[in-house]
Amino acid sequence: MTSLAERLDRQLPTTTALVEVENLRVSFGDTEVVRGISFTARPGECLAIVGESGSGKSVTARTLVGLTGSNASVTADRLDLGGADLRHASERAWRRLRGRQVGFVLQDALVSLDQLRRVGDEVAEPLRLHGWGTRRSRPAKAIELLDAVGVPEPEVRARQRPYELSGGLRQRALIASAIALDPPLLIADEPTTALDVTVQAQVLDLLAAAKERGTSIILISHDLSVVARLADEVAVMREGEIVEYGAASQVLQEPRHEYTRMLLDAIPSEHTRGTRLTGSTARVRRPVDEGVPVLQARNLTKVFRGPDKVDRTVVDDVSFELFGGETLGIVGESGSGKTTLARMALAILRAEAGEVLLRGEPWTALTPGQRRPLRKQIGVVYQDPLSSFDPRWSVGRILTDALSTAAHPPSSQTEARQRAVRLLEQVGLGEHHLSAAPLRLSGGQRQRVAIARALAPEPSVIVCDEPASALDVSIQAQVLDLLTDLQDDLGVSYLFISHDLGVIHHMSDRILVMKDGRVVEHGSADDVFERPRHPYTRRLLTAVPRLRPA
Amino acid sequence: MIRRILSKVVASVAVVVAAASATFLAQLAVPGDRATALMNLQTGQDKKWTAQELAPLNAKYGFDDPIVVQYLHYVTGLFRGDLGTSYTQKRPVAEVIGGQLLPSVTLTVAALAVAWLLALGVTLLTVKRGRILSSLGSAWEALTASLPHYWVGVVLLVVFAVQLRVFPIIGGTSAWGTVLPVLTLAIPLAGFLGQVTRDEFTQVLEQPFVTTARTRGMSDLGVRLRHVLRHAVLPAITLSGWALGALISGAVIAENIFGRPGIGQVLVTAVNTRDLPTVSGIVLVVAAVYVVANLLVDLAYAVVDPRLAR
Repeated sequence: MTSLAERLDRQLPTTTALVEVENLRVSFGDTEVVRGISFTARPGECLAIVGESGSGKSVTARTLVGLTGSNASVTADRLDLGGADLRHASERAWRRLRGRQVGFVLQDALVSLDQLRRVGDEVAEPLRLHGWGTRRSRPAKAIELLDAVGVPEPEVRARQRPYELSGGLRQRALIASAIALDPPLLIADEPTTALDVTVQAQVLDLLAAAKERGTSIILISHDLSVVARLADEVAVMREGEIVEYGAASQVLQEPRHEYTRMLLDAIPSEHTRGTRLTGSTARVRRPVDEGVPVLQARNLTKVFRGPDKVDRTVVDDVSFELFGGETLGIVGESGSGKTTLARMALAILRAEAGEVLLRGEPWTALTPGQRRPLRKQIGVVYQDPLSSFDPRWSVGRILTDALSTAAHPPSSQTEARQRAVRLLEQVGLGEHHLSAAPLRLSGGQRQRVAIARALAPEPSVIVCDEPASALDVSIQAQVLDLLTDLQDDLGVSYLFISHDLGVIHHMSDRILVMKDGRVVEHGSADDVFERPRHPYTRRLLTAVPRLRPA
Repeated sequence: MIRRILSKVVASVAVVVAAASATFLAQLAVPGDRATALMNLQTGQDKKWTAQELAPLNAKYGFDDPIVVQYLHYVTGLFRGDLGTSYTQKRPVAEVIGGQLLPSVTLTVAALAVAWLLALGVTLLTVKRGRILSSLGSAWEALTASLPHYWVGVVLLVVFAVQLRVFPIIGGTSAWGTVLPVLTLAIPLAGFLGQVTRDEFTQVLEQPFVTTARTRGMSDLGVRLRHVLRHAVLPAITLSGWALGALISGAVIAENIFGRPGIGQVLVTAVNTRDLPTVSGIVLVVAAVYVVANLLVDLAYAVVDPRLAR
């Protein structure tokens, strides 16, 4: 039998599939997580495998490099890479294949690169493992690779450690290490998920360049709009099965399967404004109360002193007004100061200068004791609700605790229970969730409980800090719908923070665009998105991956 | 980085001086007149002495001076290496301890090194290596961590020295005779260090960067040695500072069992004879070992995890 390398060296025609998988099944114990899927990947093309969490997409990716796990059982009618049958490959054979025939890029290089080793050593590791070059020639090759993926000053970066690099540079370094030996197949598992939108665009360009050079790419993603930028073919996975598989243009523009349609509809964007994401019905808005703003920030400034004793202005002279029943979106990339701004608005972080008024009255200027009775007017929902719950408390206890701070706290246990149940019903849960522990709930249910808790004291404002960013797109749609429904019912105002421009556009009436602590653009959602004035806003908008032209 | 180390050194000196002050105050707090106690000790009698009889002793040790003067005298003496004079041996305490310090330090440092080797060996070979090996590793660690030193020492002595005659019963400071005392101290410590390392190791093995290393074609052992180990040793390094100090004060049991010289033996004798300057001197030496050990831990930390050196 000819070896894989020899077969690849024979320059098979580009139409020949590089990867051929038929009826792949993976199970852990009695649970089958991949249920008989088939796909092919061709050189110079990108196959995207799309699905929500638990769909089996990452397990599929790992199976292609033999890293499914020792407790997994894998069967397939066909599992070929470059003509070599991998169904019964030994561990040694897999190891020769990994890094050399298949490069693998995981998400978030902050945890996917070894933080204690120098970037250069990490990039050169596949070279060393596969006996490329010598101890002296490898560092130079690593620098060359870093340069090739667009890392500036590669000599300096190679000597640094991953935590000293920005998110974008780290991810490039991770890709550099995956393509070090120029493998014919590159598998990228959520390669842009933790990145800012502009950086995400750069990383996708990098993968596109590899595709141009003839590399076959298998892109694993939950994000259909990211996929649209790169994929030639798309396979949509749900619960271990491929429900739709075809050319990218067909799957994304004329989806045939109902699940694909649901996924596409659930993506918030300018097209979904004013409608619900699930079911696509129009919202029934309450008029915004243009009287006294419920929340008003005047010239807020926050300075943090770094470990190097240098002061950094994280929020610089920011002012805004939020009216009753309105949503003010704050959008910016990581480090833009949006969360710091939210914490100052909540008066849990003291501003160096400026103040916040709540319903026209002093708020941040008060002492903590004076603030306490007013706190019920402003609620908060975080990205990760689990860390904001006491894990030993039941949902019922979380809610009754929150109810006790209301203007009219429940007078008896029975009343507390009734009101907790009413809150759960408002957020689409039920009485049977009262006794549940937050740990046992799904991500979407947890976020619903967090929203119910924020609603308990009947606030006029809720600060939402990336409330749906950690959720699958279908669950994100439900949570966003819940927030808009509550606004239409109760007239609550949202200070809504997100890095996701689609979500911001879908949710907001007015928008602040933040960069490096400053507001660079401020206006109605339509003005900011249709007629952006600031170059940074324009750059953000062009970087957003889109399913279809706006 | 250098400034950080300097400030650590200054802080360490302050800790030693504080320990010295505490032992000085403890000497004062011992009930009864120190000159009387000393006279009783030297003559083997137990009675009241007249002021005249006590006068030479008071003058010699400066017991009549105001306490502040005595304190300053004591602390300034420390910086010259003067730890006072032993009541029983009538020699400088520094000399009494000095001769015994090296065997104790050899014993503890060797015990710490052997404990690390045992702990890392067991961790590398058993963590997540199948159910049976993993359970054996954990069981070994839990068992050894809970063994008391005196039991380990006696068992080793009976089995290897008395029955099998592989090692001498009374080893002295010879290399061959040091093996059993070192193992006595190292085995329980290895279990303890192994337990913390195992927890960390198990978690690090699940990290994405470990998966990345595997996708590059690295072997399981390579992943463990090159990537996981460095992350997993951090808690054990923290504990080693404490362990070194605890070993030097706990070495007395091993020294007793194997008839080995060391400051542990000196301490026991000094406590029994109420030789306060010697006891204080040893307390100070142990405090100094703790301080030095913790400095080393800080340095080791900065080398292993550069993030912490920032």
